Amino acid sequence: MGKVGIIGVGQSAFVRGYGGSIRELAFEGFKECMEDAQISVKDIDASIVCSAPEYDKQRSPAGVFAEYLGLTPQPTFYTESLCSSSSTGLKLAYSLIKSGLHDVVMVIGFQKMSEISSAESQERMGRGADIQWESPFGTMMPAYYAMYARAHMEKYGTTLEDLALIRVKASTYGQINEKAVYRKPVTLEMFSDPQSPMSNAVASPLRVGDCCANADGSSCLIVASEEKARAFSNKPVWILGIGAASAPVNMAARDLFTGLSVGEQAGRQAYEMAGVTPKDIDVAEVHDCFTIAEMMAYENLGFAKPGEGKDLIKSKETYKEGSIPVNVDGGLLSKGHPIGATGGSQIRTIVLQLRGEAGEMQVKDPEIGLVHNIGGVGLYGNVTILGRA
Amino acid sequence: MAKKEVDDRFKKFGTVSFTSISKVNDFIDYLEKGKVAGTRCKECGSVFFPPRADCYQCLSSNMEWFEVSGTGKLLAYSKLQYGPVGFEGDLPYCIAVLDYGDYKVFGRIAGELKDEEIKIGMDMKTVVNKLPNGQLNYVFQRA
Repeated sequence: MGKVGIIGVGQSAFVRGYGGSIRELAFEGFKECMEDAQISVKDIDASIVCSAPEYDKQRSPAGVFAEYLGLTPQPTFYTESLCSSSSTGLKLAYSLIKSGLHDVVMVIGFQKMSEISSAESQERMGRGADIQWESPFGTMMPAYYAMYARAHMEKYGTTLEDLALIRVKASTYGQINEKAVYRKPVTLEMFSDPQSPMSNAVASPLRVGDCCANADGSSCLIVASEEKARAFSNKPVWILGIGAASAPVNMAARDLFTGLSVGEQAGRQAYEMAGVTPKDIDVAEVHDCFTIAEMMAYENLGFAKPGEGKDLIKSKETYKEGSIPVNVDGGLLSKGHPIGATGGSQIRTIVLQLRGEAGEMQVKDPEIGLVHNIGGVGLYGNVTILGRA
Repeated sequence: MAKKEVDDRFKKFGTVSFTSISKVNDFIDYLEKGKVAGTRCKECGSVFFPPRADCYQCLSSNMEWFEVSGTGKLLAYSKLQYGPVGFEGDLPYCIAVLDYGDYKVFGRIAGELKDEEIKIGMDMKTVVNKLPNGQLNYVFQRA
């Protein structure tokens, strides 16, 4: 059985309050992807649509998109795993191709978070946790990650300044990524300036500046069998390893509050399948929905030992010029986090990096890249390793 | 014809409950009596908090209730300055996890505790709390 490659990538700009409907939003990522792949919709055998359905007014968006994008009468279906929906979609596309059922599969991720108010959106995100036993206490995403931040700080001496440095890095690249929703600089000083919104507590110890930017957006990938990938593309990027894991949704069933077990487990599987180690990774996209999430990802993926993630960011090793560049497209923190579109956008970034097409954000000559995409509070985790060869 | 009685006791749990019907509705009766309770599988002895009606270890639904008692250690917590819709009146409040050894409990820290009094690793106990809107939950107090 041959390899599976990615032959087309695209995404919309990530924006606040997209001025169109969800099918029109999906078209933006689709158009860029089709222009990138230079193939016809007739060449696509099936499509997978990924989002977190609680934001959608449309029931079963897969059929609506298939019609709007000209992907009928080929099969289409919908999948979700919260914020990791579109990397789950990629895994499904890989499986469909590996099984021999289809040769070319499109993965479309989208979210129009502005369909509902910010408060409603927070309420829905809280319901991504355990609604029977946790939501009645009034839980929200930032508060859960803040629990992890508190535990990490307590155990390892990680400081609020260490976390802020991650946001400062994200803003460095958000400013040069034309697709990013937040394109302004963020400085360390803003976190200690009561006049700056960045310093406002959201769920202590996390502040506004520690939290990712909500956005509307879409992403699109075309995945193909080795034979079709070589026929259609002179620059396919290959899927070398895929790992996935789940963890108990209820915090009361968790053993670890200083890292995400799903990141570690999915990472281990992906490294093993790809036959590589953390040292072989030249560029990475990790799920930085909050600054603490990126810090834990450094450690869960083996870029740093547990508790030493802070040293990586302090020494700027995760900047573009460092030994392991991470989220040099602005990450979820500055590029934005339209739930269902996020994984596909991360994959797009790494594909562009491996092709040498990342423009100002380009890392020097990367061979192997990694994508770490988390759903919920470490409820679902997908790690994908991509390579040029 | 008499209307079928719906056992929706669970809607009493928390500031806003998102569940009304559960096989562990007796949890609410325990709260009414001032007790926080989990379940133990009578077949294999597995202990569950939050309580479950079914044991995934041995597939039995033969459960007995036990009371959450003694003290647990504070594992993690955070203080919310913003809350979801319906929780605005409770702000600010802390959510937390206590480790009792055999099981853990997720809940809120009692409102009267000051920030500087809360330390990871401290011993706390779980007590039933009546909310201003008449709903019931439980909170962690200093042991």
